[in-house]
Amino acid sequence: MRPFASLLAGLVFGVGLLLSGMTNPAKVQNFLDVFGAWDPSLAFVMGGAIAVTATGFALLRRGAQTPLFGHAFGWPERTDVDMPLVLGAGLFGVGWGLGGLCPGPALASVPSGNLGVLGFVVAMLIGLTAPRWRSLAQRRAGPVLPTAPVAERSDR
Amino acid sequence: MNTTFTPWLSLAGGALIGLAAVMLMASTGRIAGVSGIASRLISPFAERAGRLEALAFVVGLLLALPLWWVFAAKPPTLQLVGGTPLLLVAGLLVGVGSAYGSGCTSGHGVCGVSRWSTRSLVATVTFMATAVLTVHVLRHTGGVAS
Repeated sequence: MRPFASLLAGLVFGVGLLLSGMTNPAKVQNFLDVFGAWDPSLAFVMGGAIAVTATGFALLRRGAQTPLFGHAFGWPERTDVDMPLVLGAGLFGVGWGLGGLCPGPALASVPSGNLGVLGFVVAMLIGLTAPRWRSLAQRRAGPVLPTAPVAERSDR
Repeated sequence: MNTTFTPWLSLAGGALIGLAAVMLMASTGRIAGVSGIASRLISPFAERAGRLEALAFVVGLLLALPLWWVFAAKPPTLQLVGGTPLLLVAGLLVGVGSAYGSGCTSGHGVCGVSRWSTRSLVATVTFMATAVLTVHVLRHTGGVAS
């Protein structure tokens, strides 16, 4: 049931992205162009999404012990603000501003067959593996001091 | 490039995005963060069940546009804002940034802000600021016009 529920959530998410205008890079850039050709639409996307999510999450926290098809809710627990978080988010914003695409809309636009979108997605997937590049390079360079494996984070 | 202000469609689309996030949490207990789901899909360290669920979510995302073609009169607008080299650089930055920043617009911007998570609030304010700055430099300071 879990994969089926995930597929359904992905589908609803994708339809929401398409309906909202998030999948149009020009619209995203115009939203970010606060001092120019500002199109405030995406503030409504964020507003609508946060209103529903905040309400739903609050109800789940209050009313449910476990998810429907699982043993525990995976609420992220980290609260520390560290450099990777801030630098990573900063880089993410530069990329988002440059291309007008973020991960969800980029993936949802893949079936359009647009080569620019496909290139963006391939580069993004390569970029997502970045935290593992260093350990790979070290392995290539020959025997080095043992390093801890890169921890997989749950809060993203 | 001009785009039309679409408050109602955007609000409805946003509500659906929120509904999807609540659906995923209520059914599987997972956060609907697309960068996290995508990296779980391609990570050699992810457990099998987690990867299958990530794959299912991405398949759902990919099915949205074909579903749109079946039911809607015209395809959604897609206006690219740069050539392929720029999009490759942008994609790489988005990937590296969301990997180190532990999330993107969905995981931090929607799910994290909805939980009032400190990390997500900091991340969201940061990427909004650098994104606004990037577009400003790109469009208004003699950079590459789009």
